[in-house]
Amino acid sequence: MATIILLAPLVGALICGFGWRFFGEFAGQVIATALVFLAAILSWVIFLGFDGETQQIVLLRWIESGSLATEWAIRLDRLTAIMLVVVNSVSALVHLYSFGYMAHDDNWHEGEHYKARFFAYLSFFTFAMLTLITSDNLVQMFFGWEGVGVASYLLIGFYYRKPSANAAAMKAFIVNRVGDFGFALGIFALFFLTDSIRFDDVFAAAPGLAETSLGFLWTEWNAANLIGVLLFIGAMGKSAQLGLHTWLPDAMEGPTPVSALIHAATMVTAGVFLVCRMSPVFEYAPQATAFITVLGATTAFFAATVGLVQNDIKRVIAYSTCSQLGYMFVAAGVGAYPVAMFHLFTHAFFKAMLFLGAGSVIHATHHEQDMRNYGGLRKKIPLTFWAMMIGTLAITGVGIPLTHFGFAGFLSKDAVIESAYVGSDYAFWLLVIAACMTSFYSWRLMFLTFYGESRAHGHDAHGHDHHGHDAHGHDDHGHGHHEPHESPMVMLIPLGVLALGAVFSGMLWYNVFFGDEAKMRAWFGMEAVAEHHAEGDHAAPAAAATTAEAPAADHATAETHATIEAAPEGHMVAAAPKGAISILPYGPEELEAVKAKIGFHEGEGHHEPVNIIAAAHSVPKWVKVSPFIAMILGFLLAYQFYIRKPDLPKRLAAAQRPLYDFLLNKWYFDELYNAVFVAPARWLGAFLWKKGDGAVIDGALNGLALGFIPFVTRFMNRLQSGYIFHYAFAMVLGIAALITWMSLSGGAH
Amino acid sequence: MVGLEHYLTVAAALFVIGIFGIFLNRKNVIVILMSIELMLLAVNINLVAFSSFLGDLVGQVFTMFVLTVAAAEAAIGLAILVSFFRTRGTIEVEDANVMKG
Repeated sequence: MATIILLAPLVGALICGFGWRFFGEFAGQVIATALVFLAAILSWVIFLGFDGETQQIVLLRWIESGSLATEWAIRLDRLTAIMLVVVNSVSALVHLYSFGYMAHDDNWHEGEHYKARFFAYLSFFTFAMLTLITSDNLVQMFFGWEGVGVASYLLIGFYYRKPSANAAAMKAFIVNRVGDFGFALGIFALFFLTDSIRFDDVFAAAPGLAETSLGFLWTEWNAANLIGVLLFIGAMGKSAQLGLHTWLPDAMEGPTPVSALIHAATMVTAGVFLVCRMSPVFEYAPQATAFITVLGATTAFFAATVGLVQNDIKRVIAYSTCSQLGYMFVAAGVGAYPVAMFHLFTHAFFKAMLFLGAGSVIHATHHEQDMRNYGGLRKKIPLTFWAMMIGTLAITGVGIPLTHFGFAGFLSKDAVIESAYVGSDYAFWLLVIAACMTSFYSWRLMFLTFYGESRAHGHDAHGHDHHGHDAHGHDDHGHGHHEPHESPMVMLIPLGVLALGAVFSGMLWYNVFFGDEAKMRAWFGMEAVAEHHAEGDHAAPAAAATTAEAPAADHATAETHATIEAAPEGHMVAAAPKGAISILPYGPEELEAVKAKIGFHEGEGHHEPVNIIAAAHSVPKWVKVSPFIAMILGFLLAYQFYIRKPDLPKRLAAAQRPLYDFLLNKWYFDELYNAVFVAPARWLGAFLWKKGDGAVIDGALNGLALGFIPFVTRFMNRLQSGYIFHYAFAMVLGIAALITWMSLSGGAH
Repeated sequence: MVGLEHYLTVAAALFVIGIFGIFLNRKNVIVILMSIELMLLAVNINLVAFSSFLGDLVGQVFTMFVLTVAAAEAAIGLAILVSFFRTRGTIEVEDANVMKG
């Protein structure tokens, strides 16, 4: 079944991409979509019926060279099952949605065929993403990793007549190369140290890596930390974390369904998936995970601040994606991998929905993307409005505090923030502030788009110049076809399905991702906890047994005991930890620190916070409520700014001009990179072109051909005078020289 | 007593005169032919001198051959000279520079 899921989109891409000439564009689209739907349905079957046991399905022997033996295999565990559902569901819905969205496109001339190409790219992307998430070894994962990069490049640059789209596609590809370089180095390091790239072997060797040191860049590093950081650099590129994030907003040049599929729900979460997948290694790399936490939190904060002031509807959502990815990385960085996956899972639904909703708005307003030109669309496109409303409620995290009842984002984001509180103060505060800003920009988007007066002015691009009616462009003055119109059913059905996910996915799967540790362990196929805590009513945080067992032993050995059953004494452990995710319990000192932090008291019916998940459950009440308060605050601010006093934002922007410019220009990252990397690279290119190629190479060849050779020729020409006595003289000189040489050198002797 | 070295000295002097006669002469081709004859004669003197010195007649036999060949060569050279004069109208060495590509 997993094989069918993996290959169906590939088959769809090939048939649709190459076959549409034989049976028509529409048939190609239908085949591609149907195959992805098949994959999606099978994914749900696997997801719901999966028992947690890791399975490996070998498809073919792929690369065998020396000690490297790589199989093309499907690794089916809970992580893969989650990603399968996310990828295939969103992909199937986006395929369906694209029927409507791509039906008419001003970027193409009449009679040009572009739809089959688009669907083929989408299906190809789905295949590459599935390769990535089902991989059983790092090389296969890297293949998928690059495959999605290519698909992303092709789809961002889909409107290849637009220079901006081409530039954005190249930017995405090049920025990702930087990250991929780190990822590749990480793979090399793992292979160098463990002599294998299979996940099982690597995971089994992970505890040993923590005690190995590795020379890199003229410095000795702890191997686990170095590998962790290198892999995370790869994740940074793909997941647009601070530093390598600049490509994501520009990627919005692609068609909106692409943004929903690739740049919101699936590809950009590959980095989070990578960190979770490699969790057995990251658990032994404390500095690397600390780095991930700090960078994730900073990204969440940074992207939220930039999102506050952007005017392009898609860019707002793009920065929102960037910010939410930061949340996921914080969760992964503090070690709460299931929480990271939980947020990934819910985020895929509501963010895909927000993008598709934005696509629907753009479609309705004839490819207008500037929110300043929207306004009052609530009545015109009610279904889209309600979809966007649900998406906004989900992303801002609306729910009932201190219960498990709320929209998807409420449950997952709160889980992230609670984990962050345990792991890092810095991350916690930045995330709460970012939650407030998330709420603000999401509601700003809603208010600007759907409320207030319409600010649509003359769709001049269409050649209708109705300046007189600019202020109320939607009246019946004879340009009816410019009236915003509700999107067709093929676009609304995906919105509806995703709305279900955005509302319910959090509540349905809260317990297995985060809420109930015993269930979570079973769900992810980790070892069941050995014995329950003495007063345990419910079995949640009862991995306590392991700490009781080996409290005195040194740190590393205790951790080894905890994760691997029957681990042999010594540094290297023979077996990989069971299950899709590895969470180590705290060591003794860590445990004390965490207890002090969350205000834990013995013997009050609480359970020992033996690991991050248990500790996150025991955080103080004010921590649990803080994201809700931040959300309310953000909502009220947005309401004040955009409903009650719509002129306030302008005045504030005028008053705080430097700050506003700083945010509007995205913290000047592009300008900085331009100055630091692009300009020197261009200078170097120009230098090598003009001086290196022009002066040295061309100069040398021209000089040889036009200067030296004619000079020699003229000289030789003068030698050949035609006078017999010149020739005779030369002969005599030659003979004299020869004889002299022979006499001096002793002749034949 | 006139020894071998005197013969050799005379032959070397004649030979060098012949060489210089070839490439210092700028006036006419006949001088070149005469210079060649001079060089051949210098060689002949060498041959005869060594033949007498070593008591070996082969050197004198070779001298006879060289004289024969020199006579033939002088005949051919003069014939070429005549035809050269007919075609070019001059036997000035300065003007004889057609031997270039």
